[in-house]
Amino acid sequence: MNNAADTIMIFLVLTNLTLLGLSRLGTCIRIVAVQGVVLGLLPLLLNGWSLELHLVFFSAAIISLKGIVFPWLLTRALRDLKTQREVEPLIGYGTSIALGMVILVICMWLGSRLPLPVAAMSTLIVPVAFFTIMSGLFLIISRKKAVTQVLGYLVMENGIYTFGVALVQKQPVLVELGILLDVFVAVFVMGITMFHINREFDHIDTDQLSRLKV
Amino acid sequence: MSLFLWGLVIIFVGGLASLINGRRAGLASFFGAAGAVAGSITAVIPAFKVFLHGVTESFRLNWNIPFGSFFVQIDAISAVFLIPIFGLSAIAAVYGAEYLLAYREKKNLGAPWFFYNLLLIGMALVVVARNGLLFLVAWEIMSLSSFFLVTFEYERQTVRQAGLIYLIAMHIGTAFLVVFFILLGHHAGSLDFDKISGVPSSLANVLFMLAIVGFGTKAGFMPLHVWLPYAHPAAPSHVSAVMSGVMIKTGIYGLVRALTILGFPPAWWCWVLILIGAVSGVLGVLFALAQHDLKRLLAYHSVENIGIITIGLGVGLLGINMNSPILAVLGFAGGLFHVINHAVFKGLLFLGAGAVLHSCKTGHIDLLGGIIKRMPWTAFTFLIGSIAICGLPPLNGFVSEFLIYLGVFKNGMGGGLEAVIPALIVIGALALIGGLALACFTKAFGVIFLGHPRSDYAQQAHEVGPGMKFSMVTLAALCLLLGIFSPLVIKSAENVILEITLLTFPDVQAELASASTVLWNFVFVSLILFGIIGVFTVLRKLLLSGRCVRQTVTWDCGYAQPGPKMQYTATSFAQPLTDLFKLFLRTRKDISHPKGVFPVQSAFHTDTSDISEKYMYEPAYKWISLLLSKLRWFQHGRLQIYVLYIALTLGILLIWKMM
Repeated sequence: MNNAADTIMIFLVLTNLTLLGLSRLGTCIRIVAVQGVVLGLLPLLLNGWSLELHLVFFSAAIISLKGIVFPWLLTRALRDLKTQREVEPLIGYGTSIALGMVILVICMWLGSRLPLPVAAMSTLIVPVAFFTIMSGLFLIISRKKAVTQVLGYLVMENGIYTFGVALVQKQPVLVELGILLDVFVAVFVMGITMFHINREFDHIDTDQLSRLKV
Repeated sequence: MSLFLWGLVIIFVGGLASLINGRRAGLASFFGAAGAVAGSITAVIPAFKVFLHGVTESFRLNWNIPFGSFFVQIDAISAVFLIPIFGLSAIAAVYGAEYLLAYREKKNLGAPWFFYNLLLIGMALVVVARNGLLFLVAWEIMSLSSFFLVTFEYERQTVRQAGLIYLIAMHIGTAFLVVFFILLGHHAGSLDFDKISGVPSSLANVLFMLAIVGFGTKAGFMPLHVWLPYAHPAAPSHVSAVMSGVMIKTGIYGLVRALTILGFPPAWWCWVLILIGAVSGVLGVLFALAQHDLKRLLAYHSVENIGIITIGLGVGLLGINMNSPILAVLGFAGGLFHVINHAVFKGLLFLGAGAVLHSCKTGHIDLLGGIIKRMPWTAFTFLIGSIAICGLPPLNGFVSEFLIYLGVFKNGMGGGLEAVIPALIVIGALALIGGLALACFTKAFGVIFLGHPRSDYAQQAHEVGPGMKFSMVTLAALCLLLGIFSPLVIKSAENVILEITLLTFPDVQAELASASTVLWNFVFVSLILFGIIGVFTVLRKLLLSGRCVRQTVTWDCGYAQPGPKMQYTATSFAQPLTDLFKLFLRTRKDISHPKGVFPVQSAFHTDTSDISEKYMYEPAYKWISLLLSKLRWFQHGRLQIYVLYIALTLGILLIWKMM
């Protein structure tokens, strides 16, 4: 049992549920940023604060990307786009949280059934990682704005990251950095696309884009 | 073998260099064509070695894909197909280097060269692959790269439609092949061809039908041929030459390879092949007769020639089934020699058609005329190709058809009823095909090259440049050489025949030797004929020298002012024959007759649409699209819903796995 890790896991669950229930875009971005910072600390915590160089470097990279660069990019996009700062959900906030609880239960069940190659460091890690991935997917599916979809994508990546940390004690740094690069590029591209969509149509509502196909 | 693989590498590098230099048209053409030519020459050397000595070369590399391995092998059967693939592609590349330059202002030439070289690699790999998965991958490389070549002029609506039809047809065919290989692999436990043996007869029957449909779509068997009349006219001419000359032959190759794997053939396989061949042959040439567009006409002739090849294969298979060496040897020899011959003369004809298209900007036969005076080289080589495709001695087309005739005839003379019936069907079909082909090419050559120009298009005709001329002259020379030296070629075909049939070496050798003796007689007689023609030509020159030669109209028929529009058109030339076969052709005629004493307007228009397209595919696709439109609600165009679909699928799979 690792108390620090469990605390982080519970923090993750709470932040995910908050994201599902929040209406302000700016706050959402900040919450995802905090999530990123905390996750950046996770590998250090799991190793009991033993400060190995590559771990520190790795944590620093994660924190600076997830905690600083992505939120900064997104906030800037939000500011430049002068969009309404509402999330505009397809599924209401209350319902979202309720569905989030259902997903959490399913994830707990999955976590208990999933055969793992190595024992996880905390029994909470696998279900929570799943839950984070699912919340991200849920955000993508249930929100209208392109920005929220980028956020959902980031949350999903957080989940994948947690999963990776949980399973492999010695981080396969290359793999993780690969995913990170992937996400970085994705956020970048989406930022540009959003900008262009906005310039072209005066909004970034993906729901209205579907009218284009007719 | 390594020489072969290096050849492919050279071809690929050439294509890549051309892609990089796409904006500079001259460089792109140089790299593409040079890569194709140099690589082909390198890679064809091992193929020739295998063909002559019959020693199989192979190369195997493990592959990290389940059931896949990079297992390639050149045996005599592969060699027979590799030689025309590399030969024709190299010659067509020289032609294409000049042909494509006409598009230098409008288009990036890197892409067509890249895909051309990729197509060449795909075809070569298909023929040497000895693993089901590798075969399918190569098959797809071939289909997709040729799709991009067909849609080269994508800004034209007809070209886009042709590309779509081609893509769909190819993938329907591939679907059958995937099932074919899965069943085969399931039986043998491996997809390597050398590990497959002893296929039980019930499974073999199913596999045979799958192969007929899968490979037949590529080859263009009659009800499956619909893509040919669209794709060939749409593609650039050197690509049509390669597609029609060698790419569709990979279908024939696949069929031959499947037959060697599937074991002893029951009689009905042979009959299926002979009937498909006869139907494709006769209907192919009939539809060719009714066409107005030169390249479309040639495309239907590809169907016809595939029919002849399939008849040859069917006869050869019947020989195995009836244990008659003469049928087996001459059937397969005729069919496979026709594969090479058709590559040469059909390549030549498509290049000729391309030259006409290049200089006149139209392929509509009724708008041309009289261009023999403006394009003598093209006209002369086209004439040689026409004679060859009609199967007239002493050119190569004659030899392969003659071998099939000889086989069924000799077998039919000696045997009972079961030997006479195939002889009657095959000889009847081949004779009909030959006669109609002659009529068709008399029409095509006569209307396009003879007479007077029928329009401004024909007026602007001019001879093509040295690269295109070189390619056409080379192929025309090959038509002649393959005809005259056919006895030698036939004699060296023993390795191939041995590979396909289960006959003994002396049997094969004896049959081939007797066939080549007969051929020598033909060659001898035709050389005498050539000699006589030569003597008369010289005599005519001598007699006319020093005299005044004038040009005048042939005969006026009392018309005061005969104009070029009064010449026979392609439609009117073919009308007696098309009327005779109107049961199959179902030509639609729109006529508004001239009325009154001083008629003002009158028009005549004919349109022959493909029967299988009109009465088979159109109704079928209408039903399919009706059914599928019921699934429309599934597709909203909303990103969120699509992600939901993916998430749901993954979730259900995960939960199902956890249960």
